[in-house]
Amino acid sequence: MGTISEEILGKAAGKKASAGDFVIAPVDYAMSHDGTSVLAVKAFREMGVEKVWDPKRIIIPFDHLVPANNENTALLQKDIREWAKAQGITNLYDVGEGICHQLVPEKGFAMPGKVIVGADSHTCTYGAFGAFATGVGATDMAEVYSSGKLWFRVPETIKVTVDGKLAKGITAKDIILRIIKDVKTDGAAYKAIEFYGEAIRALSIAGRMTICNMAIEMGGKAGIVPPDEKTDDYLRGRAVEPYRPVYAIDAHYCEEFTYDISDISPQVACPIDVDNVHDIEEVEGKDVDQVLIGSCTNGRYEDLESAAMILKGRTVKCRTLIIPASRSVMIDAVDSGVAATLLKAGATICNPGCGPCLGGHMGVLAEGERCMSTTNRNFKGRMGKGSEVYLGSPLTAAATAINGKITDPRRYL
Amino acid sequence: MKFRGKVWKYGDNVDTDVIIPGKYLRSTDYNVFAEHAMEGIDPDFKPQKGDIIVAGNNFGCGSSREQAPIALKYAGIDCVVARSFARIFFRNAINVGLPIVEADVADAVSKGEIIEVDLDSGIVTANGKEYTSTKLPDFLQEILEAGGLVAYRRGRR
Repeated sequence: MGTISEEILGKAAGKKASAGDFVIAPVDYAMSHDGTSVLAVKAFREMGVEKVWDPKRIIIPFDHLVPANNENTALLQKDIREWAKAQGITNLYDVGEGICHQLVPEKGFAMPGKVIVGADSHTCTYGAFGAFATGVGATDMAEVYSSGKLWFRVPETIKVTVDGKLAKGITAKDIILRIIKDVKTDGAAYKAIEFYGEAIRALSIAGRMTICNMAIEMGGKAGIVPPDEKTDDYLRGRAVEPYRPVYAIDAHYCEEFTYDISDISPQVACPIDVDNVHDIEEVEGKDVDQVLIGSCTNGRYEDLESAAMILKGRTVKCRTLIIPASRSVMIDAVDSGVAATLLKAGATICNPGCGPCLGGHMGVLAEGERCMSTTNRNFKGRMGKGSEVYLGSPLTAAATAINGKITDPRRYL
Repeated sequence: MKFRGKVWKYGDNVDTDVIIPGKYLRSTDYNVFAEHAMEGIDPDFKPQKGDIIVAGNNFGCGSSREQAPIALKYAGIDCVVARSFARIFFRNAINVGLPIVEADVADAVSKGEIIEVDLDSGIVTANGKEYTSTKLPDFLQEILEAGGLVAYRRGRR
């Protein structure tokens, strides 16, 4: 009897779990990427454990600095590859396969009712499939590598209901930015968020992933969409093991937010906080130096397709980077002609991965430069010291690319 | 565990990108992280061993990068006192053995002041006044006392 988080953690721990309880729960899947695996493996070695608890339940995608940007990174990545091989970890997805938060669902590991931890804050993305999925650090990951278990404080849950129909030019990204504007960057700290309502049910799997991805931008421990037939359709032939959907039963929510999304404008998060969200009318016309369409928030096929819809037959006026979230997304974009449309418009398509989102690689900004980005963070200096990041939907980013200024995508639809 | 040290003071939502920018993460040398600690928000950040950070809400929000608490610890910070912490930073700080305390003292102290933190009683003393903090559960205190989760685990399995 409880929220989805209470139900999942309770079943995993084998006892009733209520918000505020500390439980030790076995983990179904554990993910660490090239960036966080470095410290996780170091901590694992220092713990003095010989073998990981279950190599089949560990997933290691290389996505944060791919291909390696220098010899030091290359050496660290080499060490992780060799360690994974020695441990018998076969779910290692190397350079070019894609972003962790795209691959874990694509490869069928994100399933309803599962407990998944990832050494990356955006692990909450898998809540789009009804999993309890949360981000942890490298030493926690080493603990999971060695024992397959972790302590959790069972979170309180915020219920967000989004009703209404999405108007032209409005996407999942606009919905989540609108919600973050109210909940604030720390409003869901230590808490889970469950998403309900006709607008959420109407979203594609990709859209639900965008919503859950950004739960962490409110401090959320998990963001969860109750699974339905769309979840099953996505997982059919893909899920790596059987799963059982878990739903809230007579749950107590610590807070509730309700929206009618029918008449919102495209939303833009301005520097340097993700809750600094404005209607596009308030920021339109601001010059940008770069547009980035990609990341674990909005690098999926439907995002690239919607950008192509706007860019078809037009030419970009500023540097425009397209970074598909995975090889599979890139193949779909090539096969459908979306990639050709984007290239003809003057965009640059980079290999799948995180790109410049975290300021490490491939498209990092110079001091004083500004980027309109479909990523999830606009923190101070995130994409390069002294630069600025504005966050919006792929439609908004594509429209902005045409003018080199922040532009309302509804002008081109 | 008790701490007494000089305050470095910050506001709300100090994120992990300003604590340690993404470009410095590719290393296993903790001193590299320490060299660049707080670079994104405070170029003058040069703590001495034993110093204490005092901040507002949601300290450590953003990335799961454990390099953030490591950078602060190896830069010389003994303890962070904030009104609240971001969840992953909270776990990471305990795991790397950086004591953290949730107490509302940011408005009462200024940079350079000396404050005292008593982890066992949960009391922070600043300006001659006592502030009560949220006490950590015993098992987290034990991890901190061991110096972090790696040290705590080593030899237990």
